[in-house]
Amino acid sequence: MREKLVLIGNGMAGVRVLEELVERAPEKYDVTVFGAEPHPTYNRIMLSPVLAGEKRFDDIVTHDHTWYVGNGFALHSGSRIDGIDRAAREVVTSDGRRVPYDRLVIATGSHPFIIPVPGKDLPGVVTFRDIADVDAMLAEAGSGRRAVVIGGGLLGLEAANGLLARGMTVTVVHLMATVMERQLDDAAGYLLRRELERRGLAVITEANTECIFGDGRAEGVRLKDGCEIPADLVVMAVGIRPNADLGRAAGLAANRGIVVDDRMVTSDAAILAVGECVEHRGQSYGLVAPLYEMAKVAADQLAGLGESIYQGSVTSTKLKVTGIDVFSAGAFGTDKEAEDIVFRDAARGIYKRIILKENRVIGAVLYGDTADGARLFQLLRSSEDVSAERDTLIFGPAFAAGGAAPDPIEAVAALSADAEICGCNGVCKGRIVAAINTKGLQSVDDVRAHTKASASCGSCTGLVEKLLKCTLGDAFEQGSSVKPVCGCTTYGHDEIRKLIRAKEMRTIPEVMQDLGWKTANGCSKCRPALNYYLLCEYPGEYRDDAQSRFVNERVHANIQKDGTYSVVPRMWGGVTSAAELRAIADVVDRYNIPSVKVTGGQRIDLLGVKKDQLPAVWADLNNAGLVSGHAYGKALRTVKTCVGSEWCRFGTQDSTAMGIALERATWGAWTPHKVKMAVSGCPRNCAEATIKDFGVVAVESGWELHVGGAAGMHVRATDLLCKVATPAEVLEYCCAFLQLYREEGRYLERPWPWIERVGVAYLQRRIVEDATSRHALHARFRYAVSFTQKDPWAERAAGVAAHEFAPLAEMRA
Amino acid sequence: MKIDWIDVGVLEDIPAMGARVVRSTDGDIAVFRTADDGIFALYDRCPHKGGPLSEGIVHGRSVTCPLHNWVISLETGAAEGPDHGCASRIAVSLDQGRIRLGLSRASRAAHG
Repeated sequence: MREKLVLIGNGMAGVRVLEELVERAPEKYDVTVFGAEPHPTYNRIMLSPVLAGEKRFDDIVTHDHTWYVGNGFALHSGSRIDGIDRAAREVVTSDGRRVPYDRLVIATGSHPFIIPVPGKDLPGVVTFRDIADVDAMLAEAGSGRRAVVIGGGLLGLEAANGLLARGMTVTVVHLMATVMERQLDDAAGYLLRRELERRGLAVITEANTECIFGDGRAEGVRLKDGCEIPADLVVMAVGIRPNADLGRAAGLAANRGIVVDDRMVTSDAAILAVGECVEHRGQSYGLVAPLYEMAKVAADQLAGLGESIYQGSVTSTKLKVTGIDVFSAGAFGTDKEAEDIVFRDAARGIYKRIILKENRVIGAVLYGDTADGARLFQLLRSSEDVSAERDTLIFGPAFAAGGAAPDPIEAVAALSADAEICGCNGVCKGRIVAAINTKGLQSVDDVRAHTKASASCGSCTGLVEKLLKCTLGDAFEQGSSVKPVCGCTTYGHDEIRKLIRAKEMRTIPEVMQDLGWKTANGCSKCRPALNYYLLCEYPGEYRDDAQSRFVNERVHANIQKDGTYSVVPRMWGGVTSAAELRAIADVVDRYNIPSVKVTGGQRIDLLGVKKDQLPAVWADLNNAGLVSGHAYGKALRTVKTCVGSEWCRFGTQDSTAMGIALERATWGAWTPHKVKMAVSGCPRNCAEATIKDFGVVAVESGWELHVGGAAGMHVRATDLLCKVATPAEVLEYCCAFLQLYREEGRYLERPWPWIERVGVAYLQRRIVEDATSRHALHARFRYAVSFTQKDPWAERAAGVAAHEFAPLAEMRA
Repeated sequence: MKIDWIDVGVLEDIPAMGARVVRSTDGDIAVFRTADDGIFALYDRCPHKGGPLSEGIVHGRSVTCPLHNWVISLETGAAEGPDHGCASRIAVSLDQGRIRLGLSRASRAAHG
């Protein structure tokens, strides 16, 4: 019988233990995992890019439910453990269930540190620790709003940068004299502060917070010197402390963290602990690399293999703020025996300092040029004698080799096989090169999937690219950092569109031939993208390739998990009638449709329709005047409306009629991703127009046009595009907006990330300020939809693509 | 074991880089046609969550499941890349444009 292993904490450290365990002894345990957060496992150190809008939550999910199922692990996410009964060897869940264990792993991570000032519990005060915190910050973020971040360390500065990127006015208040003083010396701290201020961040150092004031919610921060900083959002990011609560309550030895020995075992031999919650040789860690080193040792213990021990970690830090390169490792304090080598280039904003002791590197601080970070960290960890290259150490290996301009590829080629490339996951150069050679890896994504290098914080992506380049030579053609559409090509989305236009390529095979596709006929990522780009480039001329469409767009219905489909008829502006509802009811009865649901976009969804029933269902709906709602397409989905001035006592304009007109004008246009719109009849905004891709809000004097909202995994309020006076202008501006998005958005990129990429000012230039450009966009949109505003259901009910809806043959026994 | 070869249709019944379904008492069978007119058959269930492989995008000698994008080899039925699992294969023959499925017990074909 298998032993029972329980893991408390579904975070990066705990899950890494399971990954390591699967490699060592996949059959040894029945594994049960408890995670307090209700999300799939995600990469916590990537929350900063999510906050800054550079990545989406989806991008940072590392293990979804299929991973747990595939390995036979029972996952209880959103399930908190309240206690450990060591005598009975059971854990107790918050709802009172008792789950037995033979071995227990505690990986409860850390708590954000809350400074005990008055007002710390007011609404509007958040910490920066998990995705819920990011969501809470984003809910308050928005242009023109103000944030104060308490704490000028790594976490605080990343939070401040993210909020700044979201358009907020941000002030950082920091207790110490320089920012990031734990990682940077005064000089580098000064350069960093100057750069952050240049970007628009206000930084107040030696600032002692007295209280957070506000009536019912946070309205600002008051410092001990009496200075008051008004704020709509206060972020407390002053540090973390190990979450040792469970261990301590269970009577395990604990100081700051749960005390573990060199084998990650606590004072109870049946219980291990890893990650930020532990204290090892008096040290606790808040960085990812040590957690992963601990996970390996813990997995060896659990697997009953060898006697590997954890000896503590030497750590290095990088700031994850785009465009600011900071690296720090080891000691830079005031060791009297230590010697410094310093390089400064004030004009270029470069500062490098290497700290030596007895001719060995014991610390390094790099600002502005961090290319040497990996090599210096290697020298630091190996503790090798550097007397021979001491004179040129600060200039890097290229200078020592003869003063030639540093070639980054050669620098990577010169690294030894045991040089660490990915600090987060502890992957060395030799392992990556071996994987590239033996498994035929071609791309950074491949390397990520097979070795985990660059799969965590991603700051070594450049190094991995260079490794691919120097291992594969010319076979690796990716010269720039442009992300290829997929593994079939080295070109990115924008390049492909440019080349389609420049070379007048007109079919998918032509594009693949001319651009040197690596596969015979592409894959499920590139084919739909190419099909869309050609469709958009040559309206009325390009023949839509059904085999390059995702199933939903090929069969004009939404596939469900059981292989049935859902059918959503269009209801223009969300308005329906007794006749339409009667027709829908009749269809539900006639075809025994199991489920009828009202959608979030004010439409009716018929769920559980079998594929071969679709043409008949559509024919019956058509007879009542109902057409496809395109609820399955990268296309206009719905225009949601409120009742507006026709009925509402607050309504200023007829929002319902406006919504119907917008939907009639824009339906049937294919777009890079789905598009949702709404029209509200007054600023009370009952149609929720400010979280739509294109939202219209009526005011007394006309209509406000808003763009780039989102209300999915991430919530984003729209940016105001402009205000117009008449319904005709609303239609014209909307079509121009959609056409610009059609022409310049990347396939599967929603309008909001596109707008964040190009900036709302660019849209205003193309659509608002430049009337000629607007008219041209509008005209191109009208021309394109003149070919596609045909009901696809009616065509198929009349026999188009009949093979799609009938089996090839039926065999009876 | 005796194999019965069941005629299910002609090559042109299936779009290139597409698939059609053959209904059987053992469950649906997906019959694929690749760009170079190769014919393959698998039971229409992805080894991951049972998604209908016949609805996936066909590329090279693989199909991408429409539910969660697992890529399944048409030749072996096995999941490609880092995923693990295997869909059951069915023997096929293509002779003068006619497609036949090789099944290990007596079955009778009727065009649907």
